[in-house]
Amino acid sequence: MRMTKKSVLPALLPALALAFSSGFAAAQEKVKVGIMVTLSGPSAVLGQQARDGFQLAVKQLGGKLGGADAEVVVVDDELKPDVAVTKVRGLIDRDQVNFVVGPIFSNVLQAIHKPVIDSNAFLISPNAGTSNFAGAQCSPNFFVTSYQNDQNHEVLGKYAQDKGFKRVFLMTPNYQAGRDSMAGFKRHFKGEVVAELYTPLGQLDFSAELAQIAAAKPDALFTFMPGGMGVNLVRQYRQAGLAATPFLSAFTVDESTLPAQQDAALGFFGGANWAPNMDNPQSKAFVAAYEAAYNAVPGTYAMQAYDAALMIDAAIKSAGGKVGDRNAVRAGLRKADFKSLRGDFKIGVNGYPIQDFYLVQAARRADGKFQTEIREKIFDDYVDVYAKDCKPTN
Amino acid sequence: MSASLPPETAGAGGPQAHGKHIPGGGATLAREGVALGLLLAFALIPLAASFGAESYVLSLATRVMIFAIAAVSLDLILGYGALVSFGHAAFLGIGAYAVGILGAHGFQDTAAQLPAAIVASSLFALVTGALSLRTKGVHFIMITLAFGQMAFFLAVSLAAYGGDDGMTLQARSTLLGFGWIKGDRAFYYVVLALLAGTYALCRLVVRSRFGRVIRGARENAVRMEAIGFSLFRHQLAMYVLAGAICGMAGFLLANQTQFVSPAYMTWQRSGELIVMVVLGGIGSLHGAIIGAAALLFLEEWLSGFTEHWKMIFGPMLVLVALFARGGMLGAVQRFPRIAAALAGWPGWLLSRLPGRGRSRRAGAP
Amino acid sequence: MSFTLLAVQTLNGLQLGVLLFLIAAGLTLVFGVMDFINLAHGVQYMVGAYLAAMFSTLTGNFFLGLMLALPTALAFGWLLEIMIFRHLYGRDHLDQVLATFGIILFLNQAVKVVWGAAPLSVAIPEVLSGSIVLMDGLLYPVYRLAIIGSGLAVAVLLGVMVSSTRIGMLVRAGAANAPMVSALGVDIGRLFMIVFGFGAMLAGFAGAMVAPILSVEPGMGDNLLILTFVVIVIGGIGSIRGAFVAAIMVGLVDTLGRSFGPVLLRAVMDPSAAAQTGRALAPMLIYILMAAILFFRPAGLFPAKR
Repeated sequence: MRMTKKSVLPALLPALALAFSSGFAAAQEKVKVGIMVTLSGPSAVLGQQARDGFQLAVKQLGGKLGGADAEVVVVDDELKPDVAVTKVRGLIDRDQVNFVVGPIFSNVLQAIHKPVIDSNAFLISPNAGTSNFAGAQCSPNFFVTSYQNDQNHEVLGKYAQDKGFKRVFLMTPNYQAGRDSMAGFKRHFKGEVVAELYTPLGQLDFSAELAQIAAAKPDALFTFMPGGMGVNLVRQYRQAGLAATPFLSAFTVDESTLPAQQDAALGFFGGANWAPNMDNPQSKAFVAAYEAAYNAVPGTYAMQAYDAALMIDAAIKSAGGKVGDRNAVRAGLRKADFKSLRGDFKIGVNGYPIQDFYLVQAARRADGKFQTEIREKIFDDYVDVYAKDCKPTN
Repeated sequence: MSASLPPETAGAGGPQAHGKHIPGGGATLAREGVALGLLLAFALIPLAASFGAESYVLSLATRVMIFAIAAVSLDLILGYGALVSFGHAAFLGIGAYAVGILGAHGFQDTAAQLPAAIVASSLFALVTGALSLRTKGVHFIMITLAFGQMAFFLAVSLAAYGGDDGMTLQARSTLLGFGWIKGDRAFYYVVLALLAGTYALCRLVVRSRFGRVIRGARENAVRMEAIGFSLFRHQLAMYVLAGAICGMAGFLLANQTQFVSPAYMTWQRSGELIVMVVLGGIGSLHGAIIGAAALLFLEEWLSGFTEHWKMIFGPMLVLVALFARGGMLGAVQRFPRIAAALAGWPGWLLSRLPGRGRSRRAGAP
Repeated sequence: MSFTLLAVQTLNGLQLGVLLFLIAAGLTLVFGVMDFINLAHGVQYMVGAYLAAMFSTLTGNFFLGLMLALPTALAFGWLLEIMIFRHLYGRDHLDQVLATFGIILFLNQAVKVVWGAAPLSVAIPEVLSGSIVLMDGLLYPVYRLAIIGSGLAVAVLLGVMVSSTRIGMLVRAGAANAPMVSALGVDIGRLFMIVFGFGAMLAGFAGAMVAPILSVEPGMGDNLLILTFVVIVIGGIGSIRGAFVAAIMVGLVDTLGRSFGPVLLRAVMDPSAAAQTGRALAPMLIYILMAAILFFRPAGLFPAKR
């Protein structure tokens, strides 16, 4: 893939130059981006990372996207779907944004998808990637810079299978994403599932469940406990003396929770499309710049939003700076001709990425901060399983 | 001192807080004037909106009116019956799920969905109301919370209908096959008409003999029972009516957002409904409309300034509670006294610091 | 379902119950004695956790942090009392709801501004880390035993205070009939201030105690507040004894119901249906319990008022 890109690049250069100059010629051309993420409540830290990641990219691009002056409006969806619907109408209608970047959570995505798709703006999700919009309900105006929701769980399932774990204990919160994550794990794991345990959403004390895990003595635990639930689970898991049983998780041990989990999470596994120790120059520069600007280690939330900004930038450039030319911008988004922080990155037929996935592990850096680190590549150029149901004419 | 009141009134306000709401000639006229003015203002919003950002303004104002309908229905039992329901959002959710579940099975017509929403929420109100009305005051608050939570967890467990994520509606409801509320503007006027209808209906109900019995029970339940009224049946009927109206609001909310989710029926949402009614002024019906509008417009407006808007909004609620007895309506009526009180607050506060002698059981200045 | 699992789950239920009791004790007194609905009690628990996190990071010692957090939580409670709460005693319950709801909004956002949105954590003190063998095959974390122990100690202390000190007598009298106590010449304002501050400190203590096992984050008190209300309503408002019984009951029902409910259901229906029903029912259990108790005893188990 890289080879072809390289050989095409010289041929593209004049076109790029043209794009630049035309961007300059239409100096009045402005691009407005509305960021809608969750900035209140216990999950606010995820939204902050996404917002900061996007704004860092815009700052580094000199306040421009694709040569056009960028104006970024940030709104908080409060993690309430009905609030989000009204606020996204505000972005589209009052602020007349060209792109809506958001949201973090799947239920908000379900709510705002239709209003944005029906409008003149593109919807670019820097995190949530539900199965319905990847398959039969896919839309040419919806793009995802993160993953399809199942994929990170599939990473752990594949790893457990390859590693030869015989008996795995599954535990997730009792809601849609939790049930999806179990389905994702089981897609590649063929061994015995000792138990499928559902906990109430927002549960903070896992002593009852940990006792059951200890009694079942599985080869490994697979879990999906985002946010504060994950912080509590990880610490209680270690306190209960279970750390010898491998802890496989998705969205449970990451840069948003590690500052609170700290030593308790060391050695625990996760599945991801990127980690701060990713070995490429653009990623290293990004991590350094993010830490300097926001005094925190960036997680995938920040990375995916940063990539979303680069993708918009590339799309407007390829449309010759004409933000209003929707067909050209759409083609540009689909081409995704930018240097992703995760290296290999393509947009599939359904608007979802085709990328590599890794097993990551929580570790302490030399400076005492915590981050996840890539241990091995599990999937290469992985296409989500729903893409085949997406008919491009849709 | 409400501790000494009979438990029936302990839930919401003593007699002194409500005495002035008993209909009298001049007050009634003024009240209808306020309500008419509010509805007229809503009727004019689309005209103003057509100058810019139309669908956004319409969407926001529609949302305000839908919550106003829900708040008015809550005021019916909370303000007039002193029955503080902390599970009122459940009806909102039931109405919304009636739309979503029927829609998922191919019934997208209002003729099926709206009656289903109203019947389902009435039935829920009938069963939970019959159980809840055995308790009084604070216990009533908590038992309605319990039923609200049960409805919430039930919705979360509906995996076939999206579970926690909720589900998207493909289109707004039709009426006999005709897309009557397809356009934002048409939908807006339908909601406005329903708000006006709800207000008129509730006004008629509270004025009727039936409504007077309910109000009488709020003031002195023992006496009403003594003259031979079955309070339980009256209160239950009122509770079911409120549930039915709120179910209709749920039908509208589902259509407005074209989305249905358990988030519509969290206990926080029930709390917000209470705050709307109290903020506007309880036991007046139009106060509920004012409260809903104030809360939602302020939320939208303040959050435009800062991500930390709740740090401004929270203290505003505290100030209303401290100084404006009877919500915003009360504040308007008592404006001169409040202004004086606000001006004197810091000094008055200092004089009350411990060690400097304070009177027993402080009230407002 | 083995016996050890049952024993562990019972201990876990006890621990949740004790935690709920620490928060409920203050709330039920404030409610019973002052007839005040304090929705902000949950954020006082959150503030306690944040203070413990901050002080134990500053001092590097959990116990020192706890010792500093308690008086600060008390002072903070009194500050709220002087500025806001005392002007709302004897007012309409709904005014109290409005004001305390406003305080929740403010403080949940304020902790985010002061300490950041990311969750904080507190390390378990060295002496209380690790697990001990209670019996054959039953390993239990020491820190959780410490929570149970300190909660029970507070319960005993409170019980003694309420039953045999002068202030306890006033509190009991106040819960039964506040106007009468006031008429007898007791400075009820001072009594309220003491009770309120004490309640705030207990909630702060609960927050500080769980800081090492739960993540300290904005809004952490909101859901616990609802559970606490469930507890005091089941127990009977104003009754410390009722709060204790109800807290243990709610803790046990919630914990045991979650783990053994599906197992029991499997006896009467097929496994997949049992799993499905168990999943839907588990979070509802305590609410069903409360509705049932209120149905048969509309004033709770141990009503303080006559």
